[in-house]
Amino acid sequence: MDGASMDRVRDVTLWVNGERVSRRVAVRTHLVDFLRVELELTGSHLGCEQGVCGACTVRVDGVAVRGCLMLAVQADGARVETIEGLSDSGAIADLQAAFHARNALQCGYCTPGMLVSAAELLAANPAPTRDEIRAHISGNYCRCTGYHAIVDAIETTAAARRGEGGAA
Amino acid sequence: MSADETGLTFLDRPNSYIGRSVPRPNARRLLQGRGIYVDDLKLPRMAHVAFLRSPYPHARIRGIDTAAAKAAPGVFAVVTGAEMARVCTPWVGVLGHFKGLKSAPQYPLAIDRACWAGEAICAVVAASRAEAEDAVALLAADLEELPAAVEMERALDPDETVIHPDLGDNLAFERLLDVGEVDAAFRDAAVVVEETFQVGRHTGVCLEPRAILADWDAGEEKLTVHHSFQAPHMMQDILCKHLGLPEASVRVVCKDVGGSFGIKVHIYPDEMATVALSLMLKRPVKFVADRLESFTSDIHARDHRVKGRMAFAADGTILAAEIDDLTGIGPYSVYPRTSAVEANQVVNLVGGPYRHRNYRARARVVFQNKTPMCQYRAVGHPIAVMVTEGLVDLGAARLDIDPVEIRRRNVIPDDAHPSTAASGIRFEQLSHQAALARLVEMMDYPALRAEQAALRARGIHRGIGLATFVEITNPSAAFYGVGGARISSQDGCTLRLNPQGGVVAAIGVTEQGQGTEAIVAQVVATAVGVPMEQVRVVTGDTDATPYGGGTWASRGAGIGGEAAWQAGKALRQNVLVVAGAILQADPASLDLRGGRVVDAATGTERMPLAELGRIAYFRPDTLPPGLQPEFVVTRHYVPKDYPFAFTNGVQAAWVEVDPDTGFVRLLRHWCVEDCGTVLNPQLVDEQIRGGIVQGIGAALFEECRYDRTGQFLNATMADYLVPMAAEMPDIAVAHVVSPTLSSEIGAKGAGEAGTAGAPAAVINAINDALRPLGARVTSQPASPEVILRALGRV
Amino acid sequence: MTGGDRQVFNNRTINKNAAPLNGDRARIQGEDTRKVKAPDFAYERPESLDQVFDLLERHGDEARILAGGQSLLATLNMRLSSPGLLVDIGRVPGLAGVARAGQTIRIGAMTRHCDLAAAPPVQAHLPLLARAVPHIAHPAIRNRGTIGGSVALADPAAELPACCLAMGATMVLASRGGERRVAAADFFQGLFRTVLEPHELLAAIEVPVPPAGSVAGFDELARRHGDYAIVGLAAQGVPAGAGWQGLALAFFGADDRPVLATAAAAVLAEGGGIAAAQAALDRDLDPPGDLNGDPATKRHLARVLLGRVVGAMAEGR
Repeated sequence: MDGASMDRVRDVTLWVNGERVSRRVAVRTHLVDFLRVELELTGSHLGCEQGVCGACTVRVDGVAVRGCLMLAVQADGARVETIEGLSDSGAIADLQAAFHARNALQCGYCTPGMLVSAAELLAANPAPTRDEIRAHISGNYCRCTGYHAIVDAIETTAAARRGEGGAA
Repeated sequence: MSADETGLTFLDRPNSYIGRSVPRPNARRLLQGRGIYVDDLKLPRMAHVAFLRSPYPHARIRGIDTAAAKAAPGVFAVVTGAEMARVCTPWVGVLGHFKGLKSAPQYPLAIDRACWAGEAICAVVAASRAEAEDAVALLAADLEELPAAVEMERALDPDETVIHPDLGDNLAFERLLDVGEVDAAFRDAAVVVEETFQVGRHTGVCLEPRAILADWDAGEEKLTVHHSFQAPHMMQDILCKHLGLPEASVRVVCKDVGGSFGIKVHIYPDEMATVALSLMLKRPVKFVADRLESFTSDIHARDHRVKGRMAFAADGTILAAEIDDLTGIGPYSVYPRTSAVEANQVVNLVGGPYRHRNYRARARVVFQNKTPMCQYRAVGHPIAVMVTEGLVDLGAARLDIDPVEIRRRNVIPDDAHPSTAASGIRFEQLSHQAALARLVEMMDYPALRAEQAALRARGIHRGIGLATFVEITNPSAAFYGVGGARISSQDGCTLRLNPQGGVVAAIGVTEQGQGTEAIVAQVVATAVGVPMEQVRVVTGDTDATPYGGGTWASRGAGIGGEAAWQAGKALRQNVLVVAGAILQADPASLDLRGGRVVDAATGTERMPLAELGRIAYFRPDTLPPGLQPEFVVTRHYVPKDYPFAFTNGVQAAWVEVDPDTGFVRLLRHWCVEDCGTVLNPQLVDEQIRGGIVQGIGAALFEECRYDRTGQFLNATMADYLVPMAAEMPDIAVAHVVSPTLSSEIGAKGAGEAGTAGAPAAVINAINDALRPLGARVTSQPASPEVILRALGRV
Repeated sequence: MTGGDRQVFNNRTINKNAAPLNGDRARIQGEDTRKVKAPDFAYERPESLDQVFDLLERHGDEARILAGGQSLLATLNMRLSSPGLLVDIGRVPGLAGVARAGQTIRIGAMTRHCDLAAAPPVQAHLPLLARAVPHIAHPAIRNRGTIGGSVALADPAAELPACCLAMGATMVLASRGGERRVAAADFFQGLFRTVLEPHELLAAIEVPVPPAGSVAGFDELARRHGDYAIVGLAAQGVPAGAGWQGLALAFFGADDRPVLATAAAAVLAEGGGIAAAQAALDRDLDPPGDLNGDPATKRHLARVLLGRVVGAMAEGR
C-alpha cells in the first residue's frame, strides 16, 4: 500500500440504474464525470463542480447527493440512480408529467437534479407547503423559470399523490 | 392581425393552437435527461482544451515556457497567442451607426498583453480535460504586471492608465442627446428631484456554461461546430471571416442550449481559439468553460452610474428629464454587437413611458481592466427603468401624489399612438393606461395600501413598488445591420409536407428553452391545418434551416413566428391547389383542417392529407398534366414599419424590510404586460416570471465585485449570489393585448419585460417601506449592508 | 479530519491569484490559476482505525482525511488543495452514530447531518443541534456532510463548530497512542485551523447532557437559505430569575473562529438585560469584514441576533 503500489486508479463495482457496472476509474474522477463520460449517462449535468448549483444531484443508496462532491471510488458497492433510470422505471413519471404540463422547465439543464431533489421531498413529506418546497429545492439553481412553476408542479404532484385533484 | 383568404383571422381558424397553453413537445426529453448539450457529445479522436488565463488585470506577456506542459501525459499541443494568430485573424468590435465608437484588435489568445484577469493567454489540448488542466499547471508564464485602469469613475482622469495607447484615451463611446427646452422646463418646474443610481456589474450565470466542440475534417475540408449558442448563422459567418474558410465549408449546429440570456450570442476568444485548434490539430476539440472561468470570461453587463433629475409641475406632470450615464465595459468592445449598446439603450429608454417632450442625456462608455461587458437580457432596460421610476417616485413623494396616480397622469395615453417618446423612439401601439388599471385591480392596490398602513402602526415595514416600462422587441435591421454588422434581422421558415401528412418546419430562430419550437409548431399547425403532433421543428443548424438571426432581443416568436405563419399559409395554399385538382373542386372552396382536406363551408371531409400525399409523391402520374405539387415552401419575414416593436407593461412588488437587519422579504410580485398577440399564454407567463426573478437578482443579490486592483472577488457560484427558490416570491402575470400591425400574427416579444421592470419595482418597494424611517436606497444590489447604511444603523 | 459542509471559497480564499501590484515582473505558474477538475491524488479506504493511523503516520501532511467530502471535494475540484493521498474513513466501523452514556452524548465524527438532527438523543437532549442542522447548506449536502468534517474543517462561519462551543463539547482526538480530549474552546485555533495533529483523527464529539431547565437558542442571518451566515448565534443556558446560569453565546461568522461572547453572557447571567449585553458585545467581538459585510455591519447584526435569540430563549421559545 505504499510507494509505487499507491496507484491512482481503482476497480469499482456498483449498481447504476439497477445494472451492475464494473470499471477501473481514476480515483480523482468524481461520480458525475464517471456517469457522464464512462457510462454515457449524460442526463446528470455539471454546473459548477463545487456543490453549489445542484445540477449534478443524483441518488446514491436512496438519498439525493451532489454527484460532483463524491468520488466515483466512494460509490464502490453503492446503488446509484440517475435521471435516466428514474425515467425508465416510471418512478417519477407523475412528477415529470406535472413539470411538463406546468412548463416547470425551460432550458432543461437544472431539471434532472431538480427532479431528484423534488422526489426526495415528496417521499419524506407528502403534504409540503409552498415554503417547504421552496426551502427544499433552495440548493438547486434554475436561471430560467423563476421557480414559481417548479413549486406549482411539485405542489400539484403532492396533491395528486394524496388523491386531491387529478395529476397534472 | 388580418383576415386570411378564408375570411378568418388565425384566431378563428378551426383547431387553432394560437393562444393555447400547449405544453412544449421538446420538453419531455429534457425531463428524462435526454437533452443533448454540447458537453454530452463525444466524437472519435476528440481532444479537450484548457486555457491558462491571466491572473493579472493588466500584464505584459514576456514569454511562456511551454516545455513541461508539452511533455505532460496526454498532451497533444500547447499553443500560444502568437502561434494562434497565424490561423485566426483578430477582430474589432465597432459598428458604423455608433459614431465615434472605438476599440482595439482582439485575438483569440492574448499575444503581448493581457487586459483583464481571466483573459486566455495560452491553450493546452489533451486527451481529457483533467490532463489538460494538469498541463496548464505546468506552464510557466513570464508576466510583467502593468498598472491597471479599474474604476470607471477614474477611467477618463488624465493620470489614469490608457489601456490602448493607440486609441488615445479610455473613452470608447459617447452619446449626447438634447431634445426640447430642457433648461427652461427645469427652471419653471414646481419640483425638481435628483438622484444618482448605481447598478452593479452582473453576469448571466447560464447553468450550462459556454461550450463549443469544433470538428475540422481535413479530408472533406469541412468544419462542423457544435455550439451552445443563440445565433448559428452569425457564428458561421464570423468563423468563415476569421479562419479564412468558404461559407460552404462551415456548419454550425446549436442543439440543446442550457440557458443563454444574451450571454451566448457574442464572439468569445476562447471559443474562436477552440475552433482554430481543431483546424491546427485536424481533430475534434472541445471546450467547456468551467464555472470559474465562466465568471471571468463570460460577458458581464450593467455596471452603470446614472445621475438623473426630473422636473414636475405642481399637478405631477413630468416636464423634463436629464441623465448622465457612465459605464465601464472592460478592455474591449465585444464583437460583433459592440459594447456601446447598453448605454445607448439607457439613453433611448429613460422616460420612455411618459409624455414629456424635454430630455437631455449624456452617456459615456469607458474602457477598464475588467472582464468585457456586452449585451445581456433586457439590455439597458433595467437601468433606464430604475432611473425613470425612481425619479417618478421621488417626485410623487415630494408632491404627495400616490405613485399609481402620478403614473396615470403621465403615461402616454393608449389612444395617442402611434407616438414618439422624447428620446425619439417610436411606438406603434402601447397600452400603459389599460395595463396600469389591470395591475391595480389584480393586486387590489387600495386594500394593500390599507394593509400597509395597519402594519406600519404595528412596526412592520412593508412597501409597494411600481415600475412602468417599455421593452424593445422584434428588432429590424436598424439594430445592427445598418451599422455594418453581419447579423440577420430577417428570419425564414421552410416547410415540407411529407407523404403521410407530416410537416417538417426548419426555421432560423433558435431554442434555448423559451419554447421557440413549441411556438413554431403551434403556428405551423394552425396555418397549415394539421395536428400539432404532425409538425416536427428543426432549429439550430446552418445546413438545415433558412438563414436567420437566431434568438435574441425578444425576436423569436414575433419574427420567427410570422415567418412560420406565412410559410404555413403558402403551404396550405399549395396543398389545396393539388387537392382541388384531385377532387375537381375549386381550391377556394376547400380548406385543410386537422390533417384533412375539407369543404370550407361545411367542414365535411373530402380527403385525408395522407391520401393526398400518397398521390402527390407516389402516383403523380395520376395528376392532371402540368400540375406539379410544390410541397416545400419558404417564407421570410423582417419588420419594416418600425425599427422595433415596442411593448409595454407595469410591475409591482410587495416587500417587507426588517430595519434591524436590513433584510428584505419579497412577499408578492405582479406584472401586467402587452406583447401583442399571446401565442402561448403559459410560455409567455413563464418568460415573464423567469425574467422577473433575474431582475430580482439584480435588485437584491447579484454583483460582480472587484477590488481596487481589478481582481474579481466573488467569481464563484458560492459567492456570486444568484436568486434561489427560497427567497423568491410567487408572481402573478396578466396581459393586455395590442397586436402589432407590422405582421399578421401580431406578436411582439416577451423575453425581457420581466428583467426590465423588476429591479425598479423592488427598489421602489424597499424605499416605500423605508420612507417613514427617513431612509432611501439608490444602489443595487440593495444588500442588508446597503439598507442598514441607508438607515444609519451602521 | 477535513471536509465540512459547504464551500470555502468566499473571500477568505478567492484571492489566491491576486498579487500585490509591485510593478515588477512576476513568474506565474499555471497551477496558480484555479480549475475545476481535481489534481491527481492517491486514495485509500481503510477499514479500521489502525489502518487509518498507519496511513496518517506514513504520509503525514500529505494525507487528508476524507469524511463527508462536501467541502474537501469542492476544494480539490477547484485545485485549491492538492493532497498526495485521500484517506476515506467512510467505511471505518464505529465512527458514526449518536449514543448517550450517562451524562454525555457521544456523536461519532462520521455522523451525517441528516442523521444527526434525527438521532433520538439529539432530539431529546440537544435541541440546539436539532435547530442548527436545517441551516446547514441544502438537503443533498446534509445527506453526505458529517459533523466531524465540519468541526475539523473549522470554518468560522459554520454552524456546528459554534454549537459545539455553546454546548461545551469535548473533541475526542484519536491516534495510535489512544485518545486525547480537547474542549471545544481550545480546539479551534483560527481560520481553518485546529489543534488536530497530522497523525490524529477527530473520532467523536462528546456533549454533556444539558442540565434540567436548559434552553437553546439558534439563529443566523444568511443572504440566501443555506448560505453561510453573515453572522450567527448558537446559545444555551438555564434561565435563573432575571439572569442565567451557564449561559454560553457562541457567535459564528464573526471572527476567524467561532467566538464565545463571555462579556455579554456575564451581563445576562447577572440579569443585566439585553441592551446591556448588546453593549458588552463590543468587548467580545472584533469581526473582520468580508464579502457579506464590513466589521460595523457584522457587529450590528450580532447585537440584533443577541437580542432576538436571548429574547426568544427567555420567553421559552
